[in-house]
Amino acid sequence: MDFSQIIPSLPSLWDGMKLTLQLLVLAVAGGIALGTVLALARMSSNAMLSGLAKAYVNYFRSIPLLLVITWFYLAVPMILNWITGEFVAVGAFTSCLVAFVMFEAAYYCEIVRAGIQSISKGQINAAYAVGMTYSQAMRLIILPQAFRKMTPLLLQQTIILFQDTSLVYAVGLIDFLNAARARGDIMGQSHEFLIFAGAVYFVISFGASSLVKRLQKRLAV
Amino acid sequence: MNYNWDWNIFFKSTGIGSEIYLDWFVSGLGWTIAVALVAWIIALLLGSVLGVMRTLPGKALPAIATGYVELFRNVPLLVQLFMWYFVVPDYLPEPLQTWFKQDLNPATSAYVSVVVCLALFTAARVCEQVRTGIQALPKGQSAAALAVGFSIGQTYRHVLLPQAFRIIIPPLTSEFLNIFKNSSVASLIGLMELLAQTKQTAEFSANIFEAFTLATVIYFVLNMSLMALMNLVEKKVRIPGMMGGAK
Repeated sequence: MDFSQIIPSLPSLWDGMKLTLQLLVLAVAGGIALGTVLALARMSSNAMLSGLAKAYVNYFRSIPLLLVITWFYLAVPMILNWITGEFVAVGAFTSCLVAFVMFEAAYYCEIVRAGIQSISKGQINAAYAVGMTYSQAMRLIILPQAFRKMTPLLLQQTIILFQDTSLVYAVGLIDFLNAARARGDIMGQSHEFLIFAGAVYFVISFGASSLVKRLQKRLAV
Repeated sequence: MNYNWDWNIFFKSTGIGSEIYLDWFVSGLGWTIAVALVAWIIALLLGSVLGVMRTLPGKALPAIATGYVELFRNVPLLVQLFMWYFVVPDYLPEPLQTWFKQDLNPATSAYVSVVVCLALFTAARVCEQVRTGIQALPKGQSAAALAVGFSIGQTYRHVLLPQAFRIIIPPLTSEFLNIFKNSSVASLIGLMELLAQTKQTAEFSANIFEAFTLATVIYFVLNMSLMALMNLVEKKVRIPGMMGGAK
């Protein structure tokens, strides 16, 4: 084992990590936004709307993330082409981001739904009683409370997503793992770079989940 | 752009031997099931042992199990797979190393790596479920068992585990389904399971949408049937008198 080349390679590994983090932040933001919309749709009294949302969630929860990533990589450029009628160059980053947002939204949806359902009915009734509309009640009363309750679960899902971003390896995006693989091959220390990458993922995930656990204890009533 | 929709593509010749594309999907599904089932059996056994260890009195055994869970839960699956496929074989003792690298054909050595990887990865999750199941039981159960003279081993075998396993069937079901989905990472080290066959079909035939639609349908149906099966099991073994249990 010879880890000597890791220090000189840190800048290029950091480039990979930047891509990983970029993808993570955008995917989490998009996933939670779409997931919240889905959760509201699922709890809607409109049977068609809730049926559609339920089908969406069941669909994405029963197929592998890797399948979605691979499919979207091939399909997103074609679909955009059909819509716009001209050839649009879509990078692997965009198609991966779309795949992550759509896939993770199904998981975030279930967390948000559980969060909203844990708020007592009196809250929404009171909001209606003082004359709020549905959107005001949700935006000002229910969602702020629900999000506070489900923060630990959302963060845990985000840690899982952080680990899952490594799957973009499948479409050749140079994220942290792929940067480590490529650098390791060039330097002839592929084992060491892989172990280093694993250690970095471990430290970040472990540190983050320990923080989440502490947060959970503090939030617990 | 023109895309030639052709849903008959699955019955057309691949141009390799007398195979049709559907044959590829069938063999891919076979590999997926072969990976998932074997890995699941190992994960269930190892995870149960670890789960019991985490609830035992004393310091060393619970600490080992906790360390295992933290390690395997905080490293991405793909990194673990690369470790088992690229790194670990180089550190095996001599006869094993030659066997893995030279005697096994490439598909088999990829298969062995994936099974080991998924089994150890999933065992950490099974461990947590088993631990939760045991800890969910009233303290009186183990106290009563010990009071009537059961040893610790007997308490676990006859009192705690039979109840714990029945409580945790729903979360275990989702781990069971996950192992099928996670087995798709095998495509990244060249094992021709379902996803790899789908990609190959998409590349050979250029009928991307048909190929991926069929793969999605297969995963979906597989998921639904396994879920139905586990619901049946859950109903069969439900503990009477518990919430949602038989009358």
